[in-house]
Amino acid sequence: MDLTTFLQQLINGASLGSMYALIAIGYTMVYGVLRLINFAHGDIMMVGAFFTFMATAAGLPFTLAVLLGILGSVIVGVLTDKIAYKPLREAPKISLLITAIGISFFLENLFNVIFGGVPKAFSAPDYLTKIFHLGDVYLPITVIIIPIVTVAILSGVLWVLYRTKYGMAIRALAFDIPTVKLMGIDADRIITLVFALGSALAAVGGIFYAVSYPSIDPLMGVIVGLKAFAAAVLGGIGSVTGAVIGGFILGFTEIFVVALFPELGGYKDAFAFFFLILVLLFRPTGIMGEDLERSRF
Amino acid sequence: MKNAIIKMLLILLTLGIISWANQTLDSYTLSILNNIGIFAILALSYNLINGVTGQFSLEPNGFVAIGAYVTALFLIPAADKIDMFALVDPAPIVLEMQARFLPAIFAGGVAATLVALFLSFPVFRVRGDYLAIVTLGFGFIIRIFALNTPAYTNGAMGLNDIPANANFLWIGSLALFTLIVMLHIVYSKYGRAMKAVRDDEDAATAMGINTFKIKTVAFMTSAFFEGVGGGLLASFLTTITPDQFSFLLTFQLLIIIVLGGLGSMTGALVATVLVMGSMEWLRFLDEDMVLFGMHTGEHPGMRMVVFAILLIIMMLFARKGLFGDRELPEFIKAKLKRKDEV
Repeated sequence: MDLTTFLQQLINGASLGSMYALIAIGYTMVYGVLRLINFAHGDIMMVGAFFTFMATAAGLPFTLAVLLGILGSVIVGVLTDKIAYKPLREAPKISLLITAIGISFFLENLFNVIFGGVPKAFSAPDYLTKIFHLGDVYLPITVIIIPIVTVAILSGVLWVLYRTKYGMAIRALAFDIPTVKLMGIDADRIITLVFALGSALAAVGGIFYAVSYPSIDPLMGVIVGLKAFAAAVLGGIGSVTGAVIGGFILGFTEIFVVALFPELGGYKDAFAFFFLILVLLFRPTGIMGEDLERSRF
Repeated sequence: MKNAIIKMLLILLTLGIISWANQTLDSYTLSILNNIGIFAILALSYNLINGVTGQFSLEPNGFVAIGAYVTALFLIPAADKIDMFALVDPAPIVLEMQARFLPAIFAGGVAATLVALFLSFPVFRVRGDYLAIVTLGFGFIIRIFALNTPAYTNGAMGLNDIPANANFLWIGSLALFTLIVMLHIVYSKYGRAMKAVRDDEDAATAMGINTFKIKTVAFMTSAFFEGVGGGLLASFLTTITPDQFSFLLTFQLLIIIVLGGLGSMTGALVATVLVMGSMEWLRFLDEDMVLFGMHTGEHPGMRMVVFAILLIIMMLFARKGLFGDRELPEFIKAKLKRKDEV
């Protein structure tokens, strides 16, 4: 592999990793607070992409469409929590997991019924489809924008988590919900905030995905969602920085393994799970997790 | 002694009904019954690992796929295989695989069991929702392998013209056999150990139960019958492709065992009839309907929306399902007793 290809793949990997990272944060935050693998999180990402798609199809400017997409995801994400997860806070974990699977299936099939299962072409505005040539390196503008926006968003999330009262409340919830309630904090409001934040990031990830692959379908969130979950576990579930690192590792690995061993291309979607299984076997706490019961964010 | 005679009579009676149904009913009714029979085998065995042992596995689709492919490869004549494999030539071992119906089904079950044995080492290192994700991942990987090893599976095109040996006599009797085996396991020493693992794994370990062994036995038994069910499915449908063994299959089985009550074998059986029956009955939802003079158009997936809502509502309001974790006779006894007390 020469330098040009290497650079090319490095940039592709960063772009793919950004998407995984954005989605993985939602998994890790919800798990940190509720100990729930939010199965429907990948579908929340799909919802965001579809809302954006509908808004652009209705003729709205792209920026507004993106905002509507994020808003749509946030509403669906928060409603999911209010309707399906909140009544089960005291129930066994497995009941919560089954409900999450139900929500995931509900969203996938609802969008399948409304839009049909055929992938829809996602039309991004012209300024997002430009391609640069830097020497021999071929750079679609999205590949440059995605990592930059991701880093900016992540800084924002970390700022919220570590420099605001809300962030402090989220971190406190991850330690001990009953005690936090005794301190006079409205736990349900903070959990809503967690779902809103996670869904918004997932929507951004979904829109990036839609712009990069220019097509969307109701099942697009399944595989990406599972991979992002694997990334969250790889980084150490509960840790936001870990989720980001996990996302990037996964993105780079996927791109480079396929570039180096093209014959493994068909197994691309399986890498995330091999990773996941290896991590769970040898270091169940992931990269950033110190101790599964201790580390939160 | 008296009980044993009653049991034998019941079994003979059921077998008689199955063979009567197989000869007299029309092919449409029989195809629904076949579907119910196969899903009963799958749901009963899925219930063993998920409901009775409490290990939330999400990979029955993987084991069903293994059973279906192995059985299909044993059943299809070698000449047909050469014609069918369009992408690459079939591997030599694929051409050598030839067996009659029952051995082929059995081989499907054994293959799934061996894979389960191999997978149990990584899977049972984790618990709870992590186990769910790891098994989901394996179910996924098995499907990816089916897509990417065309010398064995014919890739995305799948296998077709599988000899249709599976009639209701076979499917019904094997479903009955599965129910009997499962009930025996549930009421045996192993069944009690499995329930102990489900209710409190640490306490079970403290009581001297080798929890890893118990979980592996449950996982392998479950995989065996899932493989057998997969083999029957292959022969019943005569065509299989990797896409048939997606997570959708697991989801359907999950709905069935949750509806029946996690851990109740008779509940799983009743729920299979209800769910598969209503799948058939609700077929109109997916088709074009005329509502208030307007055509709704075809909506493939509408039924699944309904079932997803059903699952969510059940988890929110009726988490125990039909029978809780009791079997039908105990459930009836408990109900009657409560009435007496009132």
